[in-house]
Order: sequence, then structure tokens, then C-alpha cells
Amino acid sequence: MSVRSTEATAIRVLTQLRRDPRTILLIVGVPCVLEVLLKEIFAGRPALFEHVGAPLLGLFPFISMFVVTSVTMLRERTSGTLERLMSMPPGKLDIVGGYAIAFASVAAVQATAVSIVAFGVLDLRVAGPRWGVVLLAVANATLGMALGLFVSAFATTEFQAVEFMPAFVFPQLLLCGLFVARSDMARWLQVVADALPLSYAYDALARDAAGGPYGGRFAADVAVTVAAIVIALTLGAVTLRRRTP
Amino acid sequence: MTPGVQPAAMAVVVDRLRVVRGGTTAIDDLSLSVAAGSVTGLLGPSGSGKSTLLRAIVGVQRIKAGTIEVLGVEAGSPALRSRVAYVTQAPSVYMDLSVAENLRYFARLLGVPAARIDRALESVALSGLSNRIVGSLSGGERTRVSLASALLGDPELLVLDEPTVGLDPLLRRDLWNLFRELAAAGTTLLVSSHVMDEADRCNELLLLRDGVLLASGTPDELRAATGTQALDDVFLRLIEASA
Repeated sequence: MSVRSTEATAIRVLTQLRRDPRTILLIVGVPCVLEVLLKEIFAGRPALFEHVGAPLLGLFPFISMFVVTSVTMLRERTSGTLERLMSMPPGKLDIVGGYAIAFASVAAVQATAVSIVAFGVLDLRVAGPRWGVVLLAVANATLGMALGLFVSAFATTEFQAVEFMPAFVFPQLLLCGLFVARSDMARWLQVVADALPLSYAYDALARDAAGGPYGGRFAADVAVTVAAIVIALTLGAVTLRRRTP
Repeated sequence: MTPGVQPAAMAVVVDRLRVVRGGTTAIDDLSLSVAAGSVTGLLGPSGSGKSTLLRAIVGVQRIKAGTIEVLGVEAGSPALRSRVAYVTQAPSVYMDLSVAENLRYFARLLGVPAARIDRALESVALSGLSNRIVGSLSGGERTRVSLASALLGDPELLVLDEPTVGLDPLLRRDLWNLFRELAAAGTTLLVSSHVMDEADRCNELLLLRDGVLLASGTPDELRAATGTQALDDVFLRLIEASA
């Protein structure tokens, strides 16, 4: 891996994003608006807002980073620029690493913004440390980014890339435990949920919001989330082809 | 061979190449070579396999059979990635970045100093546009941004796929002068085109049709072989003879 190529790629991707202020506004603004909406629809049942507000701090960024990254990477694949990069010296991991750094920093801004709204404006209360929730929200967003990067390899048009969102993201959302506790699901659903990375990211977030316990399970959830990010990025690098048919 | 005269070193040697794309044979049993330091024109109608052959030489095309040697090593070898530059038909640069931002990025990837950027822009007559967003430029200007990006690393082999499409005659002349200058300085250029009046600007010509090499030689050799003057007629003769 080359630090120079990775850094150059991260700067290039961020410069491209900066040229598109509307997308930045959507990335940062939409999760904040949704969090406000959540507070309002549960106005009569504040306990429910407490219950889902914190996990959704991480899940909204997970969804939006998935879409933004998969479309951006798809553009690189279809515009011919990826072919140019693949005929040049940088390694595949340099390219993917650059993308990861760029979008992870966007994810950090996004997760911080939505946390400020939730804790500062909407008065969301969590039992655990707030910075823990923010960090886990960044991890969720980074996971979405890594998965988006990977699945962009299977899309040939931007329509398909957007349609991958319901295909890859919704089942994970339904099964992660937000709507129904995983222990209340049918056995086969639990098995499926255990295989999905978002289940672990959600567990860690929910556990921190509930104020612990921070034992081995919490550490394992965080470790699985980080491992899933690394694996998805590596698979994303593998899908970059030097030679195409 | 005349004693004492060294055979010209070959920058590219293609031997019995076969490429299959989407189930059909795009290139079949093709053998050819490109002399180092030459401007070699790859000519042929669209769909003749020109782009596929160039992609194979650059090492981004999967091949079915045969070998391609580029600058003495197998095409696509990691060692070639800084020695060979490739300009695709569609300008493969970032439309939402400025000209300078594009070139800065590619210069960083190649590990060449930023000072090279000005020189590359000058050689394609784009110095005045360096702060413009590429997406706001004309088609011909975008092509030249792509070309400037390829020049950054002073490649030994420059592979250009239809670099002059959509350019006005003046710019086309300037670019061909640039190609000749680069060749005089030792760079090998392999340029595809379907415009016959550009063929005369080349040292060597390769005529491709349906993935098969119809003829090769200097423009004058091909004229002599077919007994015609205009290169358009030369190619018509060769195509008729092959039918």
C-alpha cells in the first residue's frame, strides 16, 4: 500500500464531494430531520423515543452512506476513470482506502451533526456515555460505506445501485432487533440475523444507550462491526479488476 | 538484412493474439509489432477491434490466447504501469474537478513533481483553462485534459485511442506535431484513428479489419503495394483484395 496514493485519493474524493454542496446537505441534513420527525411522531410516548432514538442515530447514517458510496463508486467504474487508475501504479487497496478515509470522515461529520440535534435539541437521554453513541454511530456509517463500496461491483447502472439499498439494507434493518427483539424471532430468523453485520452494530449501539453492561458481549459486538468493515473493504478492493472481459 | 544495421528495437510485439468479447471473437490470431520511437497508426473502421487491441496492449483487456510483450515484459505487468500511458476514447477524467485538480491527482499517483503539470498543460495548449471544471469544457478540451494526464509521467509508450476525434483542424495539426516531437524525443506512440488523412502523419501503419491485420508498412510502402496515391484508395484496394 502507498500512503501517498491513499491520501491523494481521499483528497480527490473529498474535493469531488465539496463540488456538490446539495449532496453534502442531504447527507448531513436528512438524518437530522428524520430524528426530529421521530421525536414528533412519538410525542405522546416519550419512552419509545428514548428506546429507538439512540439506535437510529447510527442507522440513519448507515443507510445514507451506503447509497452515497455505492453510487459514487459505480460512477468511477462506469466513467472510465477506474480503468485509467487500474492501468496506473496505485494498488487496489490504495483506491479503496482513499474512498474509506474520505467517506468515513463525512460519516463522522454526519454522525456528529445528528447527535448534536438529538442530544442538544431533542433532549434524547441515554444511560451510557454520549460520546460512545457518537463513536458507534460513526462505526455504523462506516459499515454502510464499506458495504456500499462492495455492492457497487454488482450494479451496472445507478438505478440498480439505488435498488440495492432496499435489497441489502432493509432486511438488515428488519432483523437487527430494532423492531422486534431478536430473541423473540423465529429460530431461522435469528440464524439469519446472526450472519448480518448490522445486528452487531445495532447491539453495540443499543447496549451503550442502555448504559451497559460493557462486558465481553459488547466488546465482541464492536469487534465484529470493525471486522465487517475491514472485510467489506477488502472484498471491495478484490472487485476492482485490472483486466476486464 | 544489411550488415551493420541493427534491427529497430520493438516497443510492442503481439504474437498470435486472440481476444473474445461477449461471446464473439474480436481479435483472431493477430501478430504485429510496433517499432520503438515510432508513431504507429492503427487504422480501421469502427468495430474492427482497434480499441480491443489497444486495451490488450495496455493490459486491461483479458485475452484468450497469444502473447503481448510491451517494452520487453509481458503486457499488464506491474512494472509497466508507470512506463505506459493510455488515453481512452472517452475522456477518463473527473468531470466535477478542475483541470488542475485532475492533473494534481494523477501526478500524485504517478509520484511525479507538480511542476510537470504546467508542462503537460502547455503541450496540449490548455494552460489558460487550468482552473476550469472539466465538465464545463468542450469535448475537444476534455480529450486534451485526458491526454495531458497521460503525458505527466513521461511514458515510454503512449497508447492513444482516437485522440483527435472532435478536434478542429488546427488543433489536430498541433497535436500531431506534438506526437512527432514526443517520438523524436524517444517516446513510442501507438495511435488509433479512422481518419485516413492522419495516416500520412505516421511512420508505420497497421490496418485492422474484423480483428484481422490486413496490411502493415509505411504509408509509401502501402501506396506502392496497391498502386494508388490517396490512402483512402489504398485501404479500399486492400479491403477489396481481402474479400
